[in-house]
Amino acid sequence: MSVVVFVEVKNKISKAAMEAVYYGSNLGTVNVVTFGDASEDALKELGQYGAENIWVCRNLSEANDQALSRLIAAAVEKANAEFVVLAQNQTGKAVGPRIAAKLNAGHISGAIDLPDTSNGFVVKTNVYSGKAIAHVALHSDKKVISILPNSLAPQQNQKSGNIEDFNPDLGSNGIVVKELKSQGDGVPLPEAELVVSAGRGLKGPENWGIVEDLANALGATTACSRPVADIGWRPHHEHVGQTGVAIRPNLYIAAGISGAIQHLAGVNGSKVIVVINTDPEAPFFKAADYGIVGDAFEVLPRLTEAVKKFMASQN
Amino acid sequence: MKLLVCISKVPDTTSKINFVDNNTKFDENGVQYIVNPYDEWYALVRALELVESNGGSVTTITVGTTADDPTIRKALAIGANDAVRIDAEPTDAYFVAKQIAEYAKNENYDIILTGKETINYNGAQIGGMIAEMLDIPFVSLATKLDVNGNTATLERDVKGGVEVIEVNTPFALSAAKGMAEQRIPNMRGIMAARTKPLNVVSPVEQDALSSVVKFELPDAKSGCKYIEPENMDELVELLHNESKVL
Repeated sequence: MSVVVFVEVKNKISKAAMEAVYYGSNLGTVNVVTFGDASEDALKELGQYGAENIWVCRNLSEANDQALSRLIAAAVEKANAEFVVLAQNQTGKAVGPRIAAKLNAGHISGAIDLPDTSNGFVVKTNVYSGKAIAHVALHSDKKVISILPNSLAPQQNQKSGNIEDFNPDLGSNGIVVKELKSQGDGVPLPEAELVVSAGRGLKGPENWGIVEDLANALGATTACSRPVADIGWRPHHEHVGQTGVAIRPNLYIAAGISGAIQHLAGVNGSKVIVVINTDPEAPFFKAADYGIVGDAFEVLPRLTEAVKKFMASQN
Repeated sequence: MKLLVCISKVPDTTSKINFVDNNTKFDENGVQYIVNPYDEWYALVRALELVESNGGSVTTITVGTTADDPTIRKALAIGANDAVRIDAEPTDAYFVAKQIAEYAKNENYDIILTGKETINYNGAQIGGMIAEMLDIPFVSLATKLDVNGNTATLERDVKGGVEVIEVNTPFALSAAKGMAEQRIPNMRGIMAARTKPLNVVSPVEQDALSSVVKFELPDAKSGCKYIEPENMDELVELLHNESKVL
C-alpha cells in the first residue's frame, strides 16, 4: 500500500509532522511531500519515523491551499497512493478537504487513533466538540486522513528517507500573503503539550502576570475562558472551549474558571486536568484529576515556585 | 455583491449528548436545535455587514429536510434576503459540499462563506471541498474580512502570528471567532422572515464516501484528588510521579 504524507518542515520537524509520518508508516510505504526551504537535516529525521521517500517542492514557498492540493495530487499520482495523511492544523484544515474533493476521497478530519481495519476501514474522531467520539468508516478507494495534534505517541521506525526535489506544475495561486504580523514563536495552542489557562476569577487583565509566570516556569502555552476573551482581557486566539480552540494537551491547568459545559467541551481531551478555584462547588472539579480549593492569587505563585524547584532538581 | 452563506442546524451548546439504537444515532430527545454558531455569529453576520455597506444580497443555503426550516427562518430573521434548502438528508461532508457546489456553480456568487466547523461534527470540511469543486481559492479560519471592489483582504491566525492576505473574488472562506459579533433578531426581522423566499431544490446524485458506524462517550474521570492549597510541592510530585505529565 502506498501512502502520501504531507508535512510542513522548517528548521526542525514538528511533533505534528512526526505524528503524520508515523501514522502513514502504519498504513504502508510512506512518501512524504513537503515544500519551501526545509533544511536537509530536518528532512532526514523524517526517515526515523518511517519515511521511505521525501519529495520537496522547492518552487513553492507559501502554504497556499490551491497550490498545495495540486502538489499533493501530483504526489498521489506519482506514488499511486491510496492514502493521504496530514496534520489537522491550520494548513491541514485548508488543504485536507480540497485534496479529498480533488481525489473523490472520503475524508477523516481529526483522527485520534490508528484505523481499525478488522471490518472495513474505520477511524475514530472527536465529535460534538469533544463530548463524544465517532467511529467513521471510509468507503472510497482513496482516503484522506488528517490527525488531531497530540493524539498519538509517534515511535521511531527507521526507513531510508531518500530526499528528492519534486516540482510539478502547480498553476496559478489565488491567495497572496501581504504580511505576517508575528506573535513570537511560542507553541500554538492546539499543539501545546502543557497549557495554563485562567478565567474571570483573575479579576482583570493586569493580573495575568501570575498566569504567565507559571506558564514560563513550565514551558507552557497560555489560554483563557470565553468571557475573558469576549471582554478583551485576552486575545481571541487564546480562547479555548466549544466556540474557541479545542485542545488536548498532556496537562491543562485552569485557574478561576468555573467549568461551564461549553468550556469543558474544548478541553476534556486533556490527559490531566488541574483545577484551581475558590468555589468548592465549581462544576470543573467534576472533570478534574487534581483539584485545589483556594485563591488563584495565592495558589498560582506557590505552584510556580514548586515547579521552579522541581525543574531545578531535574537538571 | 452576491454572497452565499452555508447554514447548518446543530444541537444547542448546552445539550446533553447521548446516543440511541445501539449507539448509532444521536438522541434528539429534548434537544433544541440552533443555527451553528460559527455559521451564524461570524459568517452570516459579516456577510450582512458587507452588504449593508456595499450593497448586494445575502442568500443562505442548507442541505437538509423540513426539520431545518426553523433554523433557516432564524437566519432570515437576522437579515438574510432569501434562503435555499437542498431537500436531502445530509449523509457526509462530501455529499453536502457537492450539493452546494452544484447549486452555486451557475449563480456567480462573489464569496461563499461557511463557519469554521459545525459544533456537532467538527469536520471543518465543507468550505474547502466546495472551493475545490468550484476551482476557487479557499481562505480557512478567517478572523477578518474586508472587501474593496473585486479584492478582499482577510486575516487569519497561523503558527506564530496573524497572516494578512489578499484574494480576488470569487472565493470561499470559513469564518472563525473575531470576524463579527452575534446579532439578536428583532421583532421586525422575525415578522419579515416569515414571508422571505425559501427555495426548496432537489438534490443531485452523490454516494456518501464515509459513514458513522457508531458513537461512544469518552471515559468519565475517575474522580478528583484534592490537594491543600499550601501543598503545591505535593501537586508537582503527583504530576511527575503519578500522572507522569511533567
